[in-house]
Amino acid sequence: MELTTLWFAVIAFLWTGFFVLEGFDFGVGMLAPLVSRGEGERRQALATIGPVWDGNEVWLISAVGAMFAAFPAWYAGLLSAFYLPIVLVLAGLIVRGVGLEWRGKVARASERAWCDLGVGIGSALPAFLWGALFADLLHDDALAALVGGVFSLALCLLHGAVFLALKTSGPVRARARRAALAASALVLPVGIAALSGIPSTTAAEWSADPWPWACALAAMAALAAGAALTWRGRDGWAFTATASSVALTGAALFTALWPAPLPGLTVAEAASGPYTLGVLTWIGLIALPFVLGYQGWTYWVFRRRLTAETS
Amino acid sequence: MEALDLARWQFGITTVYHFLFVPLTIGLGVFVAGLQTAWHRTGQEHYLRLTKFFGKLFLINFAMGVVTGIVQEFQFGMNWSAYSVFVGDVFGAPLALEALLAFFLESTFLGLWIFGWDRLPKRVHLAAIWAAVIGSNLSAYFILAANAWMKHPVGYEVAGGRARMTDLWAVLTNSTALAQVPHVVAGAFVVAGGFVLAVCGHRILAERRADPDRTVPMRRGAGGATAMWRTPVRAALVMTALAGAVVAGTGDASGKLLHEQQPMKLAAAEGLERDTAGAAFSPVPGLEVPALLSLLAANDPQAVVRGTEDLQEEFARRFGPGDYRPNVPVVYLSFRVMIVFGLTVVALSVLGLWLTRRRRRVPGPERELPSWLARAFVLALPLPFLAMTAGWLLSEIGRQPWTVQGELLTAASVSPGVGLTEVAVSLAVFTLLYGLLAAAEAVLLVRHVTAGPEPAPPAVPPPGGADGRDAAGALQPTLMY
Repeated sequence: MELTTLWFAVIAFLWTGFFVLEGFDFGVGMLAPLVSRGEGERRQALATIGPVWDGNEVWLISAVGAMFAAFPAWYAGLLSAFYLPIVLVLAGLIVRGVGLEWRGKVARASERAWCDLGVGIGSALPAFLWGALFADLLHDDALAALVGGVFSLALCLLHGAVFLALKTSGPVRARARRAALAASALVLPVGIAALSGIPSTTAAEWSADPWPWACALAAMAALAAGAALTWRGRDGWAFTATASSVALTGAALFTALWPAPLPGLTVAEAASGPYTLGVLTWIGLIALPFVLGYQGWTYWVFRRRLTAETS
Repeated sequence: MEALDLARWQFGITTVYHFLFVPLTIGLGVFVAGLQTAWHRTGQEHYLRLTKFFGKLFLINFAMGVVTGIVQEFQFGMNWSAYSVFVGDVFGAPLALEALLAFFLESTFLGLWIFGWDRLPKRVHLAAIWAAVIGSNLSAYFILAANAWMKHPVGYEVAGGRARMTDLWAVLTNSTALAQVPHVVAGAFVVAGGFVLAVCGHRILAERRADPDRTVPMRRGAGGATAMWRTPVRAALVMTALAGAVVAGTGDASGKLLHEQQPMKLAAAEGLERDTAGAAFSPVPGLEVPALLSLLAANDPQAVVRGTEDLQEEFARRFGPGDYRPNVPVVYLSFRVMIVFGLTVVALSVLGLWLTRRRRRVPGPERELPSWLARAFVLALPLPFLAMTAGWLLSEIGRQPWTVQGELLTAASVSPGVGLTEVAVSLAVFTLLYGLLAAAEAVLLVRHVTAGPEPAPPAVPPPGGADGRDAAGALQPTLMY
């Protein structure tokens, strides 16, 4: 495979990994106040992402860093064109990270409430804005951006609720399952609206470039499967389905962005030279298996369901 | 007022702010890992309590370093898109490597460490903190190598209006980077050492006040509640003094590199206007040591050190009309603040080492840390942070008007499509948010230092035995917080 194509695929993989992993982090961050009663249950809900959220966020850092190195003009064009939404994303990630890390270190209930607010808003802002930003990039249309934002927000809610149901037991799990069903009632119609609302696509374009559509339809099917599996209490399979749905949404996005990730800018024009791409390829090939290995091992270490603290 | 001015203010404010937390993360992380290693090897209870006490302070600070670091990575593209397009081929590579090789390591293993106290075997749990701090230090290397390239670009060619990397190894072993990395990382250990000394000083004073009839025994193994402070005090003194020596040595090497690579910065740092043989150096205004600057810059008391005005004339001939001088008063002052404040902290640590040295000839109790010195440690807390900040101001304001020395001007680096209003909004958002969070972090740190280490837990082995799994299957969320 040609190096620019390979690096576009690497960046698509990193962004998609970020959506899949941080997607449930965002969902848990928004849902934690809704699925828990009292401090013990709140901590139980947030502890499901406690050990992993920071590592998940590095997927975003890596995606953006890889864009900077491999496609400087894409990186610079995207971040400067969506300047204010990116400022809000960053503000969200700041209050969210600080809220998650500090809520166990503050003394008073009122301070924990501030942290919870930071986690909730800081999860909702990026969850909405990334969807809105990429939808706007694809369609250059305010309504499409709104639908895209609501879709990604709802998708994160569903994905997070299913993750909570998988990782907890007791009342939190029961509420998380109800939240997952409510979220799927929102996300399915919005998803269909997002698909059917794409105005400029004709049958000719469809057949010329079927991959975005195929991925998007498969994503919707996985969503429906996730909702059905949650209904039947198959937490592990439901999570697999929602994770696949997020991944397929990412695949739909990046196949639609190929080969011009910004209007008027192709990957070939944006790309760094063959030397840089080649040397980064070798380092990535050597390092990535280790990264995936130890991150996967972290999930294995914290694989068990959490119960609420009794103290 | 243009968008360029505000973008520069924003980059300056967010970067200086970010680098208040990062050095503490780098140095304190190693310190905590060292304490845990001591606990692992000796099994002594007070090492565990110290690990948890300083670990908590470390984590409060770590969160701020992480969240402000994300802003840094995005800002190049947001505010400096012309710069990013020009340099991405070279400058982006160390940033991508930083994320892949350092940030994943740091964040993943820190998560394991925080939540793994009773879930991982002790040895693996200890390895987790070491992996995390290795990640922190590695990230410093990559970002400083990228930064060094801006001052002394190597391993590239310019083609089609963009810098193209030709040699990654040259970028990673840039002489500027090899001097700067140990200088900044050792500076981070001075910052962490100053922080630990201030914390210990505060604890010792507080515990002496609570128990005024006897001086606090700092003897190793002594029974009193405060005996535990001797180890961190001595360790932080050694760390600060050794790191101080490295900072001084690499600072000297950096000065010689400035003479070769960035003569304008060196001239501005001394306020030297004309090329001068046997140039003098004034460590503080009013005191002038003849020929010292020439000696420091070139190992030769008679060497010619360039002056800002002569360089300005030369640059105007080479690069066309324009002002190629940085803000001389700021650079001059930053240089002195860095040296004086940095040396003060290191001098305090050497003094502390002498005053708390072991008795060799006469057996007897260890020497106590004098209360006045403990108070001095507390008062000196801002100094290493100010020295670090001043060092960055010297380094980056001294680089102006270039973003990439000799290749790209700051004025040509800014995002063409981002207007004044947008930058004003983001500057306001970040400044407000950062101000509030700084106040909150200060309150949290002071509160935890005032509360002191948690009492030793009762000597009951945790349920489930050595491998940390409990028999019931479901695990409690064991937050270290």
